Amino acid sequence: MSKKTSDWQTNSVKNTVRLGFWTLGWVATMAVANFGPRFLWDHNESFTILAILVNMAIGGGMILANKRHLRGLDELHQKIQLEAMAISLGVGLVVGLSYSNLDVTNIISADAEISHVVILMGLTYLASVIVGNRKYR
Amino acid sequence: MKNRLKVLRAERDWTQAQLAAELDVSRQTINAIEKGKFDPSLPLAFRAARLFGLSIEEIFQDDVAA
Repeated sequence: MSKKTSDWQTNSVKNTVRLGFWTLGWVATMAVANFGPRFLWDHNESFTILAILVNMAIGGGMILANKRHLRGLDELHQKIQLEAMAISLGVGLVVGLSYSNLDVTNIISADAEISHVVILMGLTYLASVIVGNRKYR
Repeated sequence: MKNRLKVLRAERDWTQAQLAAELDVSRQTINAIEKGKFDPSLPLAFRAARLFGLSIEEIFQDDVAA
């Protein structure tokens, strides 16, 4: 058998790099939209709205890049990603709403922050991908 | 699902990486299929059958039927 370069591998690397750039862009524009009003344009509403719209647009690009990345994976890795996303979504929904209930009913003194749920979902997703990769190793 | 992928690959002296490249999947996928941890989709099973010049049933066997 002659040595063949896998199209799957080449495309996967390209898609991952593309997704990385979109994600970096999204995080950077998120930071600008968050800190810009205070540090860059002295709470000018027009600039703030523009920054949020730009962040949303880059976010849209990131979603499409993620979709393309997933479609470019081979079937085993798609399965690993699907399982990880299902667990992350479930944990985010169940724990997030329970967390909100704890806040609403004043059982916890601090406000329930959406960023906590995002961090939880991110960590759950990361752990699930690692477990999935070990499971099918 | 049982399969003869490892045997067929060994008969041809192919590595998992070579077979993966031919089937356009990752080496991890080939390994998982060979170990029976992952069942391939029908299109992938057809690609494997075409590559080995066999029918799908000659490579993959249902656990229940066997």
